[in-house]
Amino acid sequence: MSIMENNGGSVIAMVGKECVAIACDLRLGNQALGVSSDFQKIFPVTDRIFLGLPGLGTDVTTLKELFRFRVNMYTIKEEREIEPETFAHLVSSTLYEHRFGPYFIEPVMAGLSKTPSGGFKPFIAATDLIGCLNFAKDFVVAGTASSKLFGVAEGLWEPDLEPEDLFETISQTIMNAVDRDAYSGWGCIVHVITKDQIVTRTLKARMD
Amino acid sequence: METSFAITGKGYVIVAADTTAARSIVKMKTDEDKIKALGPHLLMAYSGEPGDTVQFAEYVERNIRLYQIRHHYSLRPSAAASWVRRSLAESLRSRHPYSVNLLLGGYDEASDEPKLYWIDYLGTMTEVPFGAHGYGSYFALSLLDRCVKKYLVISGALICHSRYHNPDATLEEGIETLKRCIDEVAKRLIVSPSKYKVKIVDKDGVREIEL
Repeated sequence: MSIMENNGGSVIAMVGKECVAIACDLRLGNQALGVSSDFQKIFPVTDRIFLGLPGLGTDVTTLKELFRFRVNMYTIKEEREIEPETFAHLVSSTLYEHRFGPYFIEPVMAGLSKTPSGGFKPFIAATDLIGCLNFAKDFVVAGTASSKLFGVAEGLWEPDLEPEDLFETISQTIMNAVDRDAYSGWGCIVHVITKDQIVTRTLKARMD
Repeated sequence: METSFAITGKGYVIVAADTTAARSIVKMKTDEDKIKALGPHLLMAYSGEPGDTVQFAEYVERNIRLYQIRHHYSLRPSAAASWVRRSLAESLRSRHPYSVNLLLGGYDEASDEPKLYWIDYLGTMTEVPFGAHGYGSYFALSLLDRCVKKYLVISGALICHSRYHNPDATLEEGIETLKRCIDEVAKRLIVSPSKYKVKIVDKDGVREIEL
């Protein structure tokens, strides 16, 4: 069995109209045995960036701690918060540092970046386990249910969704995708980021 | 095969581990203590590769003690668990990784809560209401799952089905639940352990009990 599928878990991020959403499941397993139904894979980076880390459980925790450290160092040195584009490159280069002995994680990030006119532009990106960046305009997926997430998202997503509609779209996408994947599921959590608030909701999902 | 369980209840954590030291198909010893008290309110059950287990457990024990001596207070369960996890995660990518699985149970005196962490040899860590390692985990976890909060209607009244895991169970109920886990493993597992050591951590500290 592949090391990427050892603990299971999936993450998805979607772009909306002046908003972004990111969602993950809550399962932590040991192969087919479920161990925890409260294992979050999405972590806040700044007030406007969230990072999802699906993959090997030990590296989820290690990378969460490593990015917290690196973002704090950036914030202190630059005396400002990191922008999503910069953060994506920080993620990419951190993973590429371990090119020949990688962390088994495929990060997904979502955030709002500042525009010169003072507005906010939605930003999503994902990388593979050695840090190859993928900037998408619609949605990005990763984890054991990624193929299913692609299918459902392709069918449900449309451009310029309002925050409430984006929440519905991402929630239906992740819930229906993880129900078809034995290694993901056991509850879902969704974050919707808009320019003046972040809404976090735990979904009532199938627990079998 | 090696088995360990831990369950939380109202203000306590019960940690149990079998006492066999096996080598291949032979039982070498049946009174091995695989649960260490890392501090006044912290227990750690360890299992895995013989040799690694004791070596790693003693390394953790001494480092947690060193922190206590240096700072005049002991690490809280969550902090101790993070430190142990990091040690395992760093070891994983070294030349000779430790192959040790842990259940870390403690009583957090600051928040007056029992805490339980499931940690495997890769450094995967999660906080759980109940956890298990080894072949026994397949039986014990599904038994404990049957009722985190399940109520039965018996003659019109709602009665908590407390034979299974309940985070608000009293110590007596918790011990009964643990006995059910041990009996289930004894009943269904081919190579089931015969004896267990059981330790409890609560506000009064760590103590061992006989089942």
